[in-house]
Amino acid sequence: MAGYILRRLLQAIPVLLGTTFLIYFMVFAMPGDPLLALFGDKTPSPALLESLRQQYHLDQPFIIQYFLYLGGIFHGDFGTSFSGEPVADILARTFPVTIRLAIMALIIEFVGGVLIGLVSGLRKGKLFDASALVVSLIFISLPIFVIAFVAQFIFGIQLGWARTTVSSGAPIQDLILPAFVLASITFAQIVRLTRASVIETQSLDFVRTAYGKGLSRRRIIPVHILRNSLIPVVTYAATDFGVLLVGATVTEGIFNVPGVGRTLYQAIVRGEGPTVVSFVTVMVLIYLVVNLVVDLLYGLLDPRIRYVK
Amino acid sequence: MSDSSTSIQPLLEIKNLEVGFQTTEGIVPAVRGVDLTLMPGQTLAIVGESGSGKSTTAHAIINLLPGPGRITGGSIMFDGQELTSYSEKKMEEIRGRQIGFVPQDPMSNLNPVWSVGFQVEETIRANGIASGRKAVKAHAIQVLKEAGLADADKRLKQFPHQFSGGMRQRVLIGIGLSSRPKLLIADEPTSALDVTVQRRILDHLETLTRDIGTAVLFITHDLGLAAERAEQLVVMYKGKIVEAGPSKEILQNPVHPYTQRLVAAAPSLASRRIQSATHASASHALSDLEYAPTKVTEGLDLIAAAEERIEQQPKTKRPDAIVVKDLTKVYKIRGQGRGAAGELTASDAVSFSVEKGTTTALVGESGSGKSTVAKMILRLEDPTSGSIMIDGQDVAPLKGKALLDLRRRMQPVFQDPYGSLDPLRNIGNTIGEPLNTHKVGDRVSRKARVLELLDQVALPKTLITRYPNELSGGQRQRVAIARALALKPDIVVLDEAVSALDVLVQAQILKLLADLQAELELTYLFITHDLAVVRVIADNVCVMQQGKIVEAASTDDVFDSPKEQYTKELLNAIPGAGITLGV
Repeated sequence: MAGYILRRLLQAIPVLLGTTFLIYFMVFAMPGDPLLALFGDKTPSPALLESLRQQYHLDQPFIIQYFLYLGGIFHGDFGTSFSGEPVADILARTFPVTIRLAIMALIIEFVGGVLIGLVSGLRKGKLFDASALVVSLIFISLPIFVIAFVAQFIFGIQLGWARTTVSSGAPIQDLILPAFVLASITFAQIVRLTRASVIETQSLDFVRTAYGKGLSRRRIIPVHILRNSLIPVVTYAATDFGVLLVGATVTEGIFNVPGVGRTLYQAIVRGEGPTVVSFVTVMVLIYLVVNLVVDLLYGLLDPRIRYVK
Repeated sequence: MSDSSTSIQPLLEIKNLEVGFQTTEGIVPAVRGVDLTLMPGQTLAIVGESGSGKSTTAHAIINLLPGPGRITGGSIMFDGQELTSYSEKKMEEIRGRQIGFVPQDPMSNLNPVWSVGFQVEETIRANGIASGRKAVKAHAIQVLKEAGLADADKRLKQFPHQFSGGMRQRVLIGIGLSSRPKLLIADEPTSALDVTVQRRILDHLETLTRDIGTAVLFITHDLGLAAERAEQLVVMYKGKIVEAGPSKEILQNPVHPYTQRLVAAAPSLASRRIQSATHASASHALSDLEYAPTKVTEGLDLIAAAEERIEQQPKTKRPDAIVVKDLTKVYKIRGQGRGAAGELTASDAVSFSVEKGTTTALVGESGSGKSTVAKMILRLEDPTSGSIMIDGQDVAPLKGKALLDLRRRMQPVFQDPYGSLDPLRNIGNTIGEPLNTHKVGDRVSRKARVLELLDQVALPKTLITRYPNELSGGQRQRVAIARALALKPDIVVLDEAVSALDVLVQAQILKLLADLQAELELTYLFITHDLAVVRVIADNVCVMQQGKIVEAASTDDVFDSPKEQYTKELLNAIPGAGITLGV
């Protein structure tokens, strides 16, 4: 098992190198001079520009810039943003917030989606199932910002249950409403996937045999139906973590969450190579780890594909 | 009937049972007025084809009917209890505890994500046979050992996919009998297994149930098997019982036309009859057999088919269509543990030849390498060493167009008629696909050829626009045969082509294959695990075991004087050995 994990982590190295290179190249190729844009209408003195160019290595050819950046990473130096703050600090400030938000959303969508999907599947064609399908269709059709504004209006303003914006430390109670909104993107998918999976599992031979063995319905539903139905759902939900990180950009904007989304957006607009690349690198790293976790989870849920120990 | 037997109460008494399936068009009846009586400790078999209502009857007893199924009338008395009046809660008490259930397909009836031990233990716990972790585990080991898993204590933690089909069926039998039920319902418990495994498992089940004193309700589509395993027979057709009585009587003197058809179509019985006839007359001529095909058995009678096939064979020696020499295939397999790798010799220096226009059967259990040989002959796998000559031409160096030409002369038919047809293509396209691939003729002539083929395999022309899911298993296998014949091949490789079919359909397909061989001078390589079928269809037999051919001879010789112990085992595994038939 340890060997397998190590192998997977080693495989991540070329992926990381490739993605950082591509991102760095794309930021480099963006039109316009990032430094001039920084000064807006004012025209800085050529000497100042020159010293800034040297400070950010912007006078070097692209490939040198890239390697200088890469070399820095190995020393724990992610570069400096144009505002003078080390990128490492920005990363440390924003990522925990966004990851907290995404994990909360993941738990909400998984627990809620699986429960509703399970009941829907068990009561296929009944009133509960029909209503769940209609509601999930509504969630699938609505863009996230509509859901966000409606949620802000109802729960934040009308009912006053939650704050419409998140305070600076992004405490968990402030993040509940944004997490629900974020979860709504994929919640409907989880419901539908669970429902379909439960319906399929229910008709399998071993479920009938379980009844034939004398087991009660109360035992068969969690042990033989739900457990087997979860395999595709867990895989989906875990890979979904990436979608949640991306979706967080919009949600963070609306709820004013001091997370990755807002910061990354600003860095892209300013053409801050090191900042953008560092953020994307960390995101790629998270994707790779999540994928590894999914694969390990898969083996845990389905012994047929358990890895050779 | 003596006084003593009337004083015993029947264990199971079904009276006028009606089961229907709720559909949008109302209730469709599946079981229509079934009566049957099973005495304690007795074995009763329900025989019939798929759709006859035999499984539905069995499932109705313990209320395991699928969603829309309902008992619409009649009574089921079990051990003094009226089961039809029982609630789901009360049925849970009956199931497992008083009535055990052994399902049909061992591959799909164990939950793949739980260990075998877990699944046995939960049964023991649910039925209150033992409590406490250690007692339950000890009981589970005992149950599995009884069912024939000698190393049960070591294998409790293993998962179903680490067990062979036969072993899984033993686990299911162990589960079914774990609470020593008064009645065991065995729903085709071995139809998914090899004949030799089937024999061992049923022998074991028989001893076990006799020792415990469990009555068995045995569901099967093979009349020969039913008669061998049960004292009493019930023959079902379209939801009704058409004949019932002691097994031997029914077999020797079937009254109902449907039973007569089942007797005629069962390969096990047919092979027995051919055998006794060839023994009786020195001439080995089947025509000496005093057996007159009646109207009801026409087109299904395996003996008539075999007889006809042999008559139509020219007696002169013909050139060899397939010559296989020292054919070897070694697979690299991944072993347990890091870096461990092994080699598996699936086919070990296999040599045989097939004369043009004849049928050679490759017989063996699963894993014997018979399908590997077939795949190599079809060039779907490359041999590790050895040679294959088709019509005197070495096929190994063939590439591109030459290989395509070879494939045109040699076509396969596979086992699973559900899996081998593309569900998104209609029948006309499926049959016509080889014609398109090989660019034979134009659109009009292709269509004409497809219609001609449908006719040849006795399917209505209207099927041309239908899709596979609208067809029955037998019809699908006919489509697969028609597709194989589309290019007018010389050789057809039939890989377990009739194994998945009901006996009546199987008989029809075997008859069709015999007719087509006579008409088109086809050469067949027939791969099967069932020697009974071989008796009917093949001229020569190669018996394979662990990748090697252990015995090769003419069919008559193999049946009359088998030389190898393994061949004898295979012959003994044909059901119905102890039954004297009224030939």
